[in-house]
Amino acid sequence: MANGVVGAKLPSDRNLIAFVPLPSLERFAETAAISLGAIAVSAILFGIFILAIGKSPIELYSLMYTGGFGTWFSWQNTLQRAAPLLLTALCVAIPARLGLVVIGGEGALVLGGVAAAAIVIPFQGAPVVIAMGLMAMAGMIVGGLWIGFVGVLRHYRGINETISSLLLTYIAIALMNHLVEGPLRDPASLNKPSTAAVGDAYMIGSLPGMDVHWGLAVGVVCCILTWVLMERTTFGFAARITGGNIRAARLQGLPVGQLVLVLTALAGAFAGLAGMIEVVAVHGRANASLIAGYGYAGILVSFLARHNPLAIIPVAILLGGITASGGLIQRRMDLPDATVLVLQGVLFVVILLSETLYGRWNFARLFGGGER
Amino acid sequence: MSDTDIGLWAVPIAVIGGAIRVSTPFLFVSLGECITEKSGRINLGLEGTLVLGAISGYALSYHAGSAWVGLLGAAFAGSLFGALHGWICKFPRVNDIAIGIALMMLGTGIAFFFGKAYIQPVAPRLPAIPLGSWSDIPQLEAALQVNVLFVIGIVLAIALYWAFRNTRLGLIVRMTGDSADAARAMGYDVNRVRLLSTTVGGAFAGIGGAYLSLYYPGSWNEGLSSGQGLMAVALVIFARWNPIACFGAALLFGAAGALGPALQSVGVSQGYYLFYAAPYVLTLIIMVLTVSPGQTLAGAPGELSITK
Repeated sequence: MANGVVGAKLPSDRNLIAFVPLPSLERFAETAAISLGAIAVSAILFGIFILAIGKSPIELYSLMYTGGFGTWFSWQNTLQRAAPLLLTALCVAIPARLGLVVIGGEGALVLGGVAAAAIVIPFQGAPVVIAMGLMAMAGMIVGGLWIGFVGVLRHYRGINETISSLLLTYIAIALMNHLVEGPLRDPASLNKPSTAAVGDAYMIGSLPGMDVHWGLAVGVVCCILTWVLMERTTFGFAARITGGNIRAARLQGLPVGQLVLVLTALAGAFAGLAGMIEVVAVHGRANASLIAGYGYAGILVSFLARHNPLAIIPVAILLGGITASGGLIQRRMDLPDATVLVLQGVLFVVILLSETLYGRWNFARLFGGGER
Repeated sequence: MSDTDIGLWAVPIAVIGGAIRVSTPFLFVSLGECITEKSGRINLGLEGTLVLGAISGYALSYHAGSAWVGLLGAAFAGSLFGALHGWICKFPRVNDIAIGIALMMLGTGIAFFFGKAYIQPVAPRLPAIPLGSWSDIPQLEAALQVNVLFVIGIVLAIALYWAFRNTRLGLIVRMTGDSADAARAMGYDVNRVRLLSTTVGGAFAGIGGAYLSLYYPGSWNEGLSSGQGLMAVALVIFARWNPIACFGAALLFGAAGALGPALQSVGVSQGYYLFYAAPYVLTLIIMVLTVSPGQTLAGAPGELSITK
């Protein structure tokens, strides 16, 4: 089976014809129209739900706007929440290019956070740059190994990656509980078992001019880099072919196994990095607060962005805004905090349902681009 | 708690009792998933269906004052959710696994949304059959408190095994799962068979959820389900789509789940949290041992996307 070097011998573009039924501009128009339509439909469905329980959907949506995007303060809150979503969405989007549905970002995030908090304990007093580098490396390596293991199971044992990654999330959370209750516990943390604090010196600060931590910039850069990797390199090209037709990829001598292992590990590394950033930017130590659902929300972000790393950026901000407005909605409308979860669920279902619409209309003609 | 000291024997007894108690939701969800998968689809959303069944069962039991009404309500809610999955999946280019994840989120969201009001109230619970009343060891007596649903589950497993082999309906479901083309050629509507199978599967998962809220642990809270719905999917693969093997596998998973609390009851607290991971690790190990790449599993429905 495939032993070729990555990108060494790539076929001409004849394999790609299957993926590109429309020229790129029209494809973009189709994606944008269907996605926005799906968001509108889910907003209507969720509005009906809110109406049915006797509340005003108009009030809800206006509060959602105020709480998420209405003021500079809420924008900062939104961006703060979008930061980890960028990275956990990449954890879904990258394997998705290979046709794999990996949903274990939550576990990699949690363990990445624990690893980052743990590694800095013996290095207290080290220069900030070195400590930061160590923590980021620890988070990324642990996260990468964790999701990379999903890739190993998939490639060598043929185990469904969706199930294994979710099982590993439960295992990761049990492991985190074990570590912060036992070996890594800071005796001073009484009612909320935690690792020792990483220390104020090693906390990352805010972006200039705003109260949003540097994690946002890291996330955006990672999204852009991933886009370049997947869309502008032979490596990403090979990955997309594998995702489109694995048999064709094997016939062409593409290293399918290497692609699976490298890309799942990369995906996990991003989720692990998200955990490290949550520790050094928000919590200051690793504990159960890391289990905040960012890994699961990242799945939704990635599907909503159709696994396009650049599209993840606006979608993560949208979802961040919805989450950020949760508290306001809870207080003003007396709705439970799960309201946001219901909206996310409706959105997810409708988005997946909208997949069936692709290729049904002739967008080329709609936009005056001639015949297909 | 006890007046007779039985020492370390408490561990195996607690594990057996735990296996019986914990396995029932596994059993129902896996039987439901078994029916769905036999028809050629996979429903990962049963985790959400389970939680939804738990809250609707609990709420109805509380308002109607009868656990049985709650159980019926849970089955109904579960079947609605199953039908939703079955309906959405009939559209072309819709991925059944991804829809499952979405329904997992939606089901959990809806359950938590309506569940806030039911954390405090106490609802009537399902009755248990004291099979251990002959014994004078309290631990053994407690372990053999068997819920009716456990018994119903065993009967259902046997009935399903028989029905898949010997009835026309069972044959139609199996054929749809093995080859949609064959079913179409015989004049059956593939989507309708799968819709019905997923609906029934959802109802089973709803009952499994009602067991959680109405018997063991026997109350509603947001941490009620810990992936049982998902593990059941893996369990069905391990059981090779055989309902009777599903029962055995459910017992095994129940025992793994009961290990942590059983060890804690005799004072082993080292690595307590690690034992919580036992069922998940067990699932992974079983999948590693039983699934192999490049070859179809014996008994696997041919149309199933998860084994391709």
